[in-house]
Amino acid sequence: MSTTSDPSLASPAADAAAPKAASGSTARVRGSLGRRHAAERRFRLVGMLAVILGLSFVAILFGTILNKGLPAFWQASITVPVTFDPNIVKIPPYPQPQQGESPAAYEAEVLQWRTALAGVNWGRIIENALLAELPPDAAKNRRDVSRLVTSGERFRLRDLVQERPGLVGQTVTVKLLADANVDVWVKGNIDRSLPDRQLPLTPNQRRYVEILQEKGLLTESFSTSLFFNVDSRASPASAGLAGAFVGSLYMMLIVILLSVPIGVAAAIYLEEFAPKNRLTDLIEININNLAAVPSIVFGLLGAAVFIIWFRLPLSAPLVGGLVLTLMTLPTIIIATRSTLRAIPPSIRQAAVGLGASRVQTVTHHVLPLALPGILTGAIIGVAQALGETAPLLLIGMSAFVANVPATPMDQSTALPVQIYLWQGNELRNFFEARTSAAIIVLLSLMIVLNGLAIFLRKRFESRW
Amino acid sequence: MHDISAIVKETPPATLTNAPPKVTARKVSVFYGQKRALHEVSVDIADRSVTAFIGPSGCGKSTFLRCFNRMNDTIEGSRVEGEILLEGRNIHDPDLDVVELRARVGMVFQKPNPFPKSIFENVAYGPRIHGLARSKAELEEIVMSSLQKAGLIDEVKDRLNEPGTGLSGGQQQRLCIARAIAVSPEVILMDEPCSALDPIATAKIEELIDELRANYTIIIVTHSMQQAARVSQRTAFFHLGNLVEQGPTEAIFTNPSEKRTLDYITGRFG
Repeated sequence: MSTTSDPSLASPAADAAAPKAASGSTARVRGSLGRRHAAERRFRLVGMLAVILGLSFVAILFGTILNKGLPAFWQASITVPVTFDPNIVKIPPYPQPQQGESPAAYEAEVLQWRTALAGVNWGRIIENALLAELPPDAAKNRRDVSRLVTSGERFRLRDLVQERPGLVGQTVTVKLLADANVDVWVKGNIDRSLPDRQLPLTPNQRRYVEILQEKGLLTESFSTSLFFNVDSRASPASAGLAGAFVGSLYMMLIVILLSVPIGVAAAIYLEEFAPKNRLTDLIEININNLAAVPSIVFGLLGAAVFIIWFRLPLSAPLVGGLVLTLMTLPTIIIATRSTLRAIPPSIRQAAVGLGASRVQTVTHHVLPLALPGILTGAIIGVAQALGETAPLLLIGMSAFVANVPATPMDQSTALPVQIYLWQGNELRNFFEARTSAAIIVLLSLMIVLNGLAIFLRKRFESRW
Repeated sequence: MHDISAIVKETPPATLTNAPPKVTARKVSVFYGQKRALHEVSVDIADRSVTAFIGPSGCGKSTFLRCFNRMNDTIEGSRVEGEILLEGRNIHDPDLDVVELRARVGMVFQKPNPFPKSIFENVAYGPRIHGLARSKAELEEIVMSSLQKAGLIDEVKDRLNEPGTGLSGGQQQRLCIARAIAVSPEVILMDEPCSALDPIATAKIEELIDELRANYTIIIVTHSMQQAARVSQRTAFFHLGNLVEQGPTEAIFTNPSEKRTLDYITGRFG
């Protein structure tokens, strides 16, 4: 049916315009074109500016963090021959099990030997090792000399002997971690024109550092302590992320083990099996609202329920994992539901039409198709949990912990909390870089997790 | 509109008159919430024949078709009243499992919907979930014979492990038919199986339906009156949720007793 043959369908205005329609309306369209194009250009410009602005902020952020944090991955250390002088290491020989001796008695002997080992003046051994490389007058300033090496190294020497009792009386070359102040000085982060009393190193120490540098003994090398040591206050230079890393690892394991199965199962039930009624509507609204609840509220909840009610230990990764699970659940449920909703209903119909039960339809067809989406949602939820700090502060994970937690029930910190703690450390000179380095480690983990999400998505999607 | 009566096939009358109906529907009504989509429809479906449901869009023919394997159950808020008997047995009988019903009443959908799996897996899926094959060899045999019956074997025998979604539209639809046949159903429901296909693919499917008639009871919903005339032995005409007229296809297209049927088949509305 065309409009010309049916007058009732054409409006009077259109009728009036009809004779000169071609020229009149074309001119009008042309007249409006300029404005429309201008609007489009403006809109594009605004969009581009927004993108450029956003990218430049990200670039500034990454630039500062990398600039500050990367140097912290290299740390000053002093490589010197260390003599385990038997006159200083005055300990009995390592006990050997005697014939007819009970195991308990032998153990007590070993313990005694270790106590003797702990009583050794290891600082003196380090001093002597350094003095051997320094001019003779340095012997008058033992205090200055000993503070060139971070205090935690004494325990490393002890551990060396404990592992190999035969070292006593021998000389081995050991790479000793330099003190935090020496590290900062060597990196050139200190204004050397400041008066003496404002400088972290005494004039003597500065001289010794120069001598050691000239001899090639004081060098910067890749800092393994950052990764393999635990946090330390007494010996800042050896402070590392190991405890926080393992704590975060435990929490992530708990989050993955709990939130992924529970979240995916809940989403499947709600999407595929639950009847659509008021109750399920209410549940859906609540889940969506939970996703928007500030994370610190989950921390309060965790403190109230898990610690006060269930009497779980403070500062434990177990509690942290449970709290983060609660926080991650809505994210995973929402992501899974939207993925399930995107699976074409024709696939479900095909399976149901063949006589597949609902569970078979879901497990054989819907879930495999939804898997990439579910994995992406889960990994993004877990990555979010990995970076969460606020709820952990409320369950005691902001405490200073100098141990690698052996189990999820032990006290621990987490990576983001460690960043928070280092950020507030009084030794700003040193910990500013350490904080940025920890941020780099955390961000790298995030990038790895997100990369994994993208990889899995691509991999499962390209199957057909 | 062309003279449809010219393409109505000679139908073997024996199958229509003597044998008892395979499926009987009595006063079937379907409600979607408050809305009544189908009004007390009663139809007899003859065994080993093709029955076509025709009518304008929204007339309830697809809704009615979906009653036969209880696919309406999957739609939230739908309700079916009345009685449907498959070989004298009520399909809403609590003793009759819906899974068993769907194994006996297969379905082919409007849009070809192969699973995103291999051609072999597509056909093997039904027998596998129903446990129809005792061994791998038996399963392979079922798959091959189903593909054979669906007239697809020559086109796919060298690429059984390729995805079913990689076939052309017509091939996909025949794959869906093979998938339905593999469960050895007694009745096959087809919901506008050719509406997404080109004329050549359509012709192939129609040919296939004509062959399948020897072993299966087929109910087909179609928009094309030519198709109904070409493939079916009996036709039922629906309008606005009511069954207007049913009878031998030839009679419906040459000598309808209702004026609405005549108006529809001569293209005056719809």
